[in-house]
Amino acid sequence: MNVTETEGERLLVALRSVLAAKGIASAAEIAERIAITDSASPGQGARMVAKAWCDAGYRARLLEDGSKAAEELGIPMRGMPPLGVLEDTAEHHNLVVCTLCSCYPRAVLGYPPFWYKSAAYRARAVRDPRGLLAEEWGTVLADNVRLRVVDSTADYRWMVLPLRPAGTEGWDEARLASIVREGDVIGVTIPRLA
Amino acid sequence: MFAPGTAVRVKDDWPETRGPVHIRTPHYLRGMQGVVVRHLGSFRNPEDLAFARPAPLRALYHVRFDQPSVWHEGRAGDELQVEIFEHWLEQA
Repeated sequence: MNVTETEGERLLVALRSVLAAKGIASAAEIAERIAITDSASPGQGARMVAKAWCDAGYRARLLEDGSKAAEELGIPMRGMPPLGVLEDTAEHHNLVVCTLCSCYPRAVLGYPPFWYKSAAYRARAVRDPRGLLAEEWGTVLADNVRLRVVDSTADYRWMVLPLRPAGTEGWDEARLASIVREGDVIGVTIPRLA
Repeated sequence: MFAPGTAVRVKDDWPETRGPVHIRTPHYLRGMQGVVVRHLGSFRNPEDLAFARPAPLRALYHVRFDQPSVWHEGRAGDELQVEIFEHWLEQA
C-alpha cells in the first residue's frame, strides 16, 4: 500500500483509464487541457481589452464573437463554451454573475476568484447589485449609469469590455493591459490608473 | 423562435417539485416578464444532458428583465440579462 497516495488520486487514475478505454479522452488530451487551463489568467482578458481600446476593428470583432477574437490573440478556445463580450458605455455598466453555480470565462481569465463562487456574491449580485459593488469593492456608479447584471446561466461565458479610463491617451497596448484587473472584466471594479 | 424585442414570460413551472432535475432557469425569474434581446444559438438541452438522455438542440435566448420589478427594490432602470432556453419561455 502506498501511504502517500490519496483516495482522490486513485479515483483520478481510475477515471483517466476509463476515459481512455472508452475512447472519450486520451492521456495526451487530458494533459493538453490541464496545460491550457493552468496557463489561462486574467492577463489574457486584459490583453483583449487593451487591444479593443486601441483598435476599433478588433473592438467590433470582439463584441461580435468573443471566442474568435480570443483566438486571434493566440488564446486557445477549442472545446470551450462560446465567449460573449459585454460592452460598457457611458450609460451602461455590466456585472457578471452565475447564480446557479460558478460559470466563468476560464479560457480567457483562468480560475475564478474565490468570492465569485460564494453564495453571498451570487445572491446579492442579482438582488442588491449596487449595494454589493459599493460596500465590497467601493465601486459607486453614477446615478445616470444603468447597471446591467448578466446572470451566466447556460452555455455562454461572459466578460466585460470596460470603458478606457481617462488619462491613458497615447498609451500602448501593453501598458493599457497592465492596468486591467480581474475585477474590471467581471464588472465589480472599474479600470483606474495605478 | 422569438424575434428580438418580443415580450416573453418565463414559465411559472417548478419541475424540481416533481422529481430529480437539472435546470438552468433561476428560481427568481419563474413567472417573470422580460424582453428578448437576441437568439444566442442552439445548444443541447442541459436538462437531458445531465441525465445522459438524448438531448435535442434547443434555442437559447438572452432575455432582459427590469431588475426592480423582479425584487420590488433597487434602482429604476437597472436590468437583469439572463440566458433562457426557448422551452421555458411563452409569449407575454
